[in-house]
Amino acid sequence: MKRTPHWMLAAGAAAVVTVVAGCAAMEPAYDYDKLVAEMMKASFRDQGIAKVDRLTQDAANAECSRALGEPLPNPIGKAVENANHATIRKPSDGKYLGNWQAGEKIAQDGRGQTWTDASAAAGAGGGNCYNCHQIGKSEISFGTLGPSLYNYGKIRGVADPASPDALPVIEYTWGKLYNAKAFNACSLMPRFGNGHLLTEQQMKDLMALLLDPKSPVNQ
Amino acid sequence: MADPMRIRAQAAGDKTTVRVLMSHEMETGQRKDAAGKTIPAWFIQEVTAQHNGKTVLTAQWGPAVSKNPFMQFVVRGAKAGDKISVTWVDNRGEKRTDEATVA
Amino acid sequence: MKRILLAGALLAMATGAMAQARSAAEGIAEYRKMLEDGNPAELYEAKGEALWKQKRGPKNASLEQCDLGKGAGVVKGVFVELPRWFGDTKKVEDLESRLVSCMAMLQGLDAAEIAKTPFGRGEQANVTALATWIASESRGMRFNLPQSHPKERLSYELGKRAFFYRGGSHDFACASCHAEDGKRIRLQELPNLTRNPGDGIGFAAWPAYRVSNGQMWSMQLRLNDCFRQQRFPYPGFGSDATIALGTYMGVNAKGAASIAPAIKR
Repeated sequence: MKRTPHWMLAAGAAAVVTVVAGCAAMEPAYDYDKLVAEMMKASFRDQGIAKVDRLTQDAANAECSRALGEPLPNPIGKAVENANHATIRKPSDGKYLGNWQAGEKIAQDGRGQTWTDASAAAGAGGGNCYNCHQIGKSEISFGTLGPSLYNYGKIRGVADPASPDALPVIEYTWGKLYNAKAFNACSLMPRFGNGHLLTEQQMKDLMALLLDPKSPVNQ
Repeated sequence: MADPMRIRAQAAGDKTTVRVLMSHEMETGQRKDAAGKTIPAWFIQEVTAQHNGKTVLTAQWGPAVSKNPFMQFVVRGAKAGDKISVTWVDNRGEKRTDEATVA
Repeated sequence: MKRILLAGALLAMATGAMAQARSAAEGIAEYRKMLEDGNPAELYEAKGEALWKQKRGPKNASLEQCDLGKGAGVVKGVFVELPRWFGDTKKVEDLESRLVSCMAMLQGLDAAEIAKTPFGRGEQANVTALATWIASESRGMRFNLPQSHPKERLSYELGKRAFFYRGGSHDFACASCHAEDGKRIRLQELPNLTRNPGDGIGFAAWPAYRVSNGQMWSMQLRLNDCFRQQRFPYPGFGSDATIALGTYMGVNAKGAASIAPAIKR
């Protein structure tokens, strides 16, 4: 058997080396989910009431994060919305509306749940609503991350919140406050009810701010 | 020893504009710390400025002036190469003088 | 008639709010112009420059041999090329974590101790002053972060995913506020950080002196306070997530001119 000439061996070796070098120049196939989870875990620590377990993502947060700002494809988005809709609890006494004056204060209050806040209990802070929404007429310091809620009840024709005609709007609004992701999987809005951010009474007061015909929002 | 002031003096014809940035806490004496204790007042009470050794500005300040105060004034008759010096004295009796050359 | 009046009232009110928002932005711009020569950040620049040249630490050495990315001792232009990969530490580092690496390697100071020190105290205050001066040495220059090393490219990709990472009690991500044009929180305009937001905006505006609390804020402190308001747990100083976010924002800001150190409300 003839021995392979040196030059062929060298050429073969060179070819192998070139192929290996070519592979190394391409990006490795990263498991980004794993790398990100590791990075977030290693990069944060507990401080005050803000604990590292806050970074554990449920399906909504995990899917919306992975989407990198794009809307979720239909079956995934729908599944997230359905799961979140199942968390909505109606008010324990069946009454949806509280006091709009109290509601305005809650809407103005941006405190709560940061590591400089003392208590993580629901209701220890406010709704922070004006950060993102226009609401009452007289408050011009409002954000634009969410739609305007000025004339919320009026636009929807809610003349008597207790009437059966108004019930769909009442239930939708309550649901939106309780868990906004029930209606929009990647909603920017915090989940005030099932996230234990606001108490039932606080949400009722916000309902009144938006839906009470006497509220300044509907003048 | 307090941090140095930043002084710039720019001549334009007969008028020299002097800008001074002072490093000082300017504590009003009204604030409380996290424990609820009042933070003692500590603020500049007097500022003087001199052009080639001659006083051209005297100012009496109080707690209403905020932290790291910025002051601007115009001196007539100064020219490039002249010396501008600024001195502050605070309510603790601490003082600081810094100097700049007119550009 | 009622509808026209309502629309008119809405328009007037919206214009009022817009005018308020615009005049708030104009007010800040005017204030900035007035203080162009009197930004208290300059006090920190002077302090930082002195610290760079001062012999300190157990090794009694200055930082003048520190390599911030463009060679030992080079300070001009380094700010607009950070974060980047460093061969000696085998890490992608941002300005502040790189300064701490140099303080450890050259001066013998304790990096872990500095990372644990709260902002504004002890050696952390020195890091902020140094960062302020280094930033000033790139004033007006345009961001041009390198992406030639695979770790730099990975840092960008991880930074992007950190940017869109939703969590905390309110399900906020950086993207919740900073992924769209023309939005604001209350009357505070929000830059879109998923792309180049323009000269002197976002990544190009920090470190900055905040007039409202009389504090010099570095990018690490800016991120720290962002995470606090996002209701996240506490980000470690110079942690991988904070550096990756810097890479993401810095690469996105390619071409934007830096105005750091700036002045803010």
